[in-house]
Amino acid sequence: MENFTPVSALIGGALIGLGTLLLLVGLGRIAGISGITSTLLFQKEDKLWRLAFVLGLVAGPLLTTLFYKDFSYSTPELSPFTLAAGLLVGLGTAWGSGCTSGHGVCGIGRFSPRSLAATLVFMLFGVLAASLLF
Amino acid sequence: MKLLIAFLAGLLMSVGMAISKMIDPQKVLAFLDLSGDWDPSLALVMAGALAVYSVGYRLFIHKPAPLFDKQFYLPTARYIDKPLLIGAAVFGLGWGMVGYCPGPAISALSSGSSGTLGFVLAMVAGWFVARKLKIS
Repeated sequence: MENFTPVSALIGGALIGLGTLLLLVGLGRIAGISGITSTLLFQKEDKLWRLAFVLGLVAGPLLTTLFYKDFSYSTPELSPFTLAAGLLVGLGTAWGSGCTSGHGVCGIGRFSPRSLAATLVFMLFGVLAASLLF
Repeated sequence: MKLLIAFLAGLLMSVGMAISKMIDPQKVLAFLDLSGDWDPSLALVMAGALAVYSVGYRLFIHKPAPLFDKQFYLPTARYIDKPLLIGAAVFGLGWGMVGYCPGPAISALSSGSSGTLGFVLAMVAGWFVARKLKIS
């Protein structure tokens, strides 16, 4: 466990919690990233706040770079494997009505049994895939 | 004001993913991969987010309306059904293959990485297909 970073994990997690809470308190919306982004792309209603939210997501790492000089992170190679994973994440979050933010944070945070079940299942399958593949 | 709130909410979540390194797929895979040198950090990211959200939710949800809209928009589905479980399993597999869930992948678009862009475009294709091909 030499890569364990408990302090930055808790601070980062608390900021994620604040962001999701701000969307609830301000707009009354669940901050589910897959739902907001796919609705922005494929439905006509209420596009503007969804666009602003997604722009905030994209701007986050740029803002972080300003304050945190040696901020860097890895990105995946472009490969059929990466594309297949993206396709599965898209299909799965649409069928399952949510991802880590919508089910894992907002859903569990309001004690939704559906979100708890979904989170346990995607965690289990994520652990299976990562543990067997790598 | 609504647009500013939405932008700030996305920004806060994204800075949180950046600071906690959840934006880095290697960090996420180090949590999901139990076979190697296990890194429990991601569990604390979830714990930190849940601590803030669950308390805040309880304090605010009894208000008649949010600050800048006339009502709360909460999910109405109640049952644990087949689309939920199959969807979560398919999502989990994709997550464990590369280490990206939708938030970090979209946040990392600003890196200009072709792999990240490819992942996001494939994910959008998945959303499109799932709208046509529903699980019943």
